Amino acid sequence: MSVIENQSIDGETDVIENSEWAATSKFVFTKPHSLVDVPTHYCPGCTHGIIHRLVAEALDELNICGRTVGIAPVGCAVMAYDYFACDMIEAAHGRAPAVATGVKRTLPDNIVFTYQGDGDLAAIGTAETVHAALRGERITVVFVNNAIYGMTGGQMAPTTLPGQVTQTTPYGRSTETAGFPIKVCEMLATIDGTYYAERVSVDCVKNIRAAKKAVKKAFEYQVRGKGFNIVEILSTCPTNWGLSPQKACNWLSDNMIPYFPLGVYKDKGKADE
Amino acid sequence: MEKVLMKGNEAIAEAAINARCLHFFGYPITPQTEIAAYMSRRLPKLGGVYLQAESEIASINMVLGAAAAGARIMTSSSSPGISLMSEGISYIAGCDLPCVIVNIQRGGPGLGGIQPSQADYFQATRSSGHGDFHSIVLAPNSVQEMADLTGVAFDLADKYRMPAMILGDGILGQMMEPVTLDGIGEPVTYDKPWATTGTRGAREHNIINSLILKPEGLEQSNFKRFERYAIIKREEQLHEEYLTDDADIIIAAYGAASRVSKNAIKMVRERGIKAGLIRPITLWPFPAEAFAKFADRVKGFISVEMSMGQLIDDVKLSTGQKRPVTLCARTGGMVHTPEEIAKKIMAADKGEWQ
Repeated sequence: MSVIENQSIDGETDVIENSEWAATSKFVFTKPHSLVDVPTHYCPGCTHGIIHRLVAEALDELNICGRTVGIAPVGCAVMAYDYFACDMIEAAHGRAPAVATGVKRTLPDNIVFTYQGDGDLAAIGTAETVHAALRGERITVVFVNNAIYGMTGGQMAPTTLPGQVTQTTPYGRSTETAGFPIKVCEMLATIDGTYYAERVSVDCVKNIRAAKKAVKKAFEYQVRGKGFNIVEILSTCPTNWGLSPQKACNWLSDNMIPYFPLGVYKDKGKADE
Repeated sequence: MEKVLMKGNEAIAEAAINARCLHFFGYPITPQTEIAAYMSRRLPKLGGVYLQAESEIASINMVLGAAAAGARIMTSSSSPGISLMSEGISYIAGCDLPCVIVNIQRGGPGLGGIQPSQADYFQATRSSGHGDFHSIVLAPNSVQEMADLTGVAFDLADKYRMPAMILGDGILGQMMEPVTLDGIGEPVTYDKPWATTGTRGAREHNIINSLILKPEGLEQSNFKRFERYAIIKREEQLHEEYLTDDADIIIAAYGAASRVSKNAIKMVRERGIKAGLIRPITLWPFPAEAFAKFADRVKGFISVEMSMGQLIDDVKLSTGQKRPVTLCARTGGMVHTPEEIAKKIMAADKGEWQ
């Protein structure tokens, strides 16, 4: 006889005892083993949860969680160290690629990834990002671009769109005074050390499926000893965009994707095949 | 024991390798670059890693990563570069990670100059970064000590899980003296069950982190760290005394300034003035007891330092201001002559403490 515990929404535990059911059924959807079974601090409707899941599924499917070291950023994902079941390090703002370099150069057989937002990776940590790519570090970078600083309450990010209203661009981002958004994949694709750079999105099921493939690929390449690998994931921030979760997904589709086109910007693996 | 002629910077590098430090991340800056150059020659041949980072900010964070992964790890820089590392040093202290940081000081503030200085004393001994923390600070005054204290630094860093700094200056880094590594012996190794090396499915995940959002938790974490600091203050003070037994006047000096001070003491002793030297070897923990025991016995203290009155604070604190403490300072890359120190001692002997 099997006992199956399901955590329902109100926190009650439903216990299903049914040997016949268990013998003839199988789980088709469970929490990945690479995620710790704890509630996260993310806002309702935020797509960090989806992206965490995609990373964890990749670790599960490649069976690498036990030899993976993840680096959390400063930003909304600062507490990612509590959520991923692999060993984790919390880096200073923007420094995750440097910390990852230190780990990977010490433990070259381990899998090392960073999980970073746009402020972390593309503003304060631009130098660390670019030079990790130039060195062709054998790491995987999961770059979450939601065009805003979420953790500090909605200020302009390096990826905030022209005209986009934030707490620090109350009249809309003026490219005259606040400059232009940074296109990270396009920039890193020009770097010889970049092995794989793809931009994906999690605004709809179709794009989430494509994002999953990209995240897994970025880890697979590292398993094969290749790098630098980056997946840029366009993501929503319903709270600071001031939109419902669905409207936030629509806003991403309508505004972010035209400015940050999805696609593979570099894939040396394809050329190597 | 065979002695070889080495630069101070090279002695540090070779002693680090001797202490099984096979990883080095750094960024070039005068006057410490020989350390990086030495490591870039030697480490690849030993199966280690030398990596020139894009900045001191990156190199200290690479150090953090390597330390978290359990490696014995060192970086080196000079004053402006150490300022850039300050954030990372604070994170390393907050994460309770061991590492060795070498600061071959040059004149400041700002870009300053490239000549020797001791002006980073406050930065090194108070805390080289934000928040409540300390680094162990070791101050060699010879090429042999550059080597010896590097081994000590790795050992103390691992023992107490904290950053240890070698605080040298451009004279010590650049000068050549005979040195031997034979007497250092085998390095002590420490288990690191906290390291992020991969769970291998055999344990809960390790987390290296300095974020504690609940103030009660952060306070307790800081309290615990300061309990460790109290043990270090009790057990790890190092100093050298020179002609202190009969001394009326005690000079406080470390590093290059202590060498010039010894010459000045010899000069005034020929004139019958009983001067002696206490040379702190650990700047943190400061050898307070060594100074305290002379506070009732001598006429006063002179702080001879290549900075505008930094070491002098610790001399005053450890002697309770029972006796006058005066300053003999050079700065900006200028070095004392024995004569000017001797003059200061002779004036003090006459009761002139200004």
